[in-house]
Amino acid sequence: MKELLRVENLSVDFQKEKGFIRAIDNISFEVYPGETVCIVGESGSGKSVTSLSIMRLLEYENGKIANGEILFNDQNLVEMSQEQMRQVRGNDISIIFQEPMTALNPVFTIGKQLIESIVSHKHVPKKVAWEQACELLALVGINDVNVRMKQYPHELSGGMRQRVMIAIALACNPKLLIADEPTTALDVTIESQILTLLNDLKNKVHMSIVLITHDMGVAAEVADRIVVMYAGKIVEQGTVYQIFDEPTHPYTKGLLQSIPNESGPREERLYSIKGNIPSLSQLPAGCRFHPRCEYATEQCKKSEPDLVVGNNRKVACWNFERVINDKVEQ
Amino acid sequence: MLQFAIKRLGQSIVLILIVTMITFFLMNLAPGGPSSMMRMDATEEERAAISEQLGLDDPIPIRYGKWLIDAMQGDLGLSLSSGQEVTDRILERFPFTLQLTMWTIVLSIIFGVLFGIISATNRNTWKDHTINFGSVIGLSVPSFWLAIMMILLFSVQLKWLPSSGVGEGSLLDQFKASIMPVVILSTATLPTIVRFTRSSMLEVITQNYIRTSRAKGIKERTVIYSHALRNALIPVISIIGVLIPRLLSGAVIVESVFGWPGMGRLIVEAAQSRDYNLVMGVTVIVTVLVVVCNFIVDIIYSKVDPRVKNMG
Repeated sequence: MKELLRVENLSVDFQKEKGFIRAIDNISFEVYPGETVCIVGESGSGKSVTSLSIMRLLEYENGKIANGEILFNDQNLVEMSQEQMRQVRGNDISIIFQEPMTALNPVFTIGKQLIESIVSHKHVPKKVAWEQACELLALVGINDVNVRMKQYPHELSGGMRQRVMIAIALACNPKLLIADEPTTALDVTIESQILTLLNDLKNKVHMSIVLITHDMGVAAEVADRIVVMYAGKIVEQGTVYQIFDEPTHPYTKGLLQSIPNESGPREERLYSIKGNIPSLSQLPAGCRFHPRCEYATEQCKKSEPDLVVGNNRKVACWNFERVINDKVEQ
Repeated sequence: MLQFAIKRLGQSIVLILIVTMITFFLMNLAPGGPSSMMRMDATEEERAAISEQLGLDDPIPIRYGKWLIDAMQGDLGLSLSSGQEVTDRILERFPFTLQLTMWTIVLSIIFGVLFGIISATNRNTWKDHTINFGSVIGLSVPSFWLAIMMILLFSVQLKWLPSSGVGEGSLLDQFKASIMPVVILSTATLPTIVRFTRSSMLEVITQNYIRTSRAKGIKERTVIYSHALRNALIPVISIIGVLIPRLLSGAVIVESVFGWPGMGRLIVEAAQSRDYNLVMGVTVIVTVLVVVCNFIVDIIYSKVDPRVKNMG
């Protein structure tokens, strides 16, 4: 099957006072039609920047694509003008953000914000757009749509607002939906509702989803494939089973060990990866993860490992064989 | 809404009472009085007779009480210096000030908001720097100096515009006469609106909902002029609500330089001639204007920002 989205050697720079900082360094991944790809990693690993660069919204936030290609249906989004890109946004590719409380414009009604999305890509009369908007709200599980359409964002709860955001994103039947930590700001019951909703919608409208999360639990629930990012690089990539059953990168392994174990004794301290993610301006030499890595060797301090492809998965670690052999007791 | 209006009315009455009381006492504490403004050769007896006739011999609180009772019945008294009704004297001047205010505020809002947006959306470019520089100049150049310079250039040298008065006869003359006063008044109000719009806009365009609106694929023009501006205008509306009553109460310096018969000159004349009734009358009118403007601003506020439902 041909891929829907192909990110090829993408590097992204951010303008800071002292020049540019590389937020994403040479990443590549694909998304196939109908597939859910999860990008996981700690805060600061470049997940959100990746999503903003696919949407080309980086330019509005002092970022720029330094290198690489983003091929969507064989069109290179990197070469598009903002005007061309405008026709892709919200139409072919949509995004939902992690802050439902602030992501909707406070001074416009839900209806207006939904209809605006529809009419900016489809030439339909206002009345038809209104009906479509109502259908969308019903689709994302909102009741009393006629009342909701006339309400303002502040009259809705966080979970409701995220549903509205999803409705806006789905307005033009996008082929790809990017969900940037869509449930981080919501409480747990709402979180599972939203994830279930996304999964159902994916099957209903046949779209692909790129879900960005720092929560391995969320990834386990919805992902077909997982991309693990660390400090602006992809460190491991594979199917959800490969990643969860047999992590080959020490960082992935650490992330999995950090998931609280429901059946374990409560006194047991939760595992956490030692140290912190490095600042992008002070990246360590060699492998970016080596200062925090249990498997680090002299080689790791000196040179950076490339992504090695094998068995339909990729890993960037000098010692992945040792990691595999060192089975975790889970 | 009704509850809000009633509450507002109550607050306004208290405010007007306090303002008039302070003005009344301060004015009477100032040395001299209407009688001291009489002809130099008036005798002591004549002065005393005038004072008694005007009721100026009563203690200040009693005179304030009397004035208040009359004022509450809509009678602001007679002007002590001209003998006309105070209301008439104010109504005679007010349209001229209103004319200046309207033009100034309309120009300031249109260009102020526009420059503010240009400045914010082109942050740290030459456009932004030029507009900022212009704003600083406009705010810091004293209006009397600018007025005199403009008169020298446009009236004396070029002879394009009249140097004073409201313009006799044709509408064109009236228009020409108001150009310079309006421009001078705008040099203070326009930069204020520019700066408020700019900073408010800069804050708004970093908000998440602006990113959302871009992500929806709507036109950048719609993002700025609809999504961002609507939010950015909320604080700008409140500053306009402050500027309008300030302009309506008259621009003393500009009106004096251009011989413009507005409220600003009226209050100066009234104070100089110790025309107690006239000063009080102008004070009441100005206070009411401030209150009314604030009330209108609050209503507009609640229309622009749906989060402000529970007014008051």
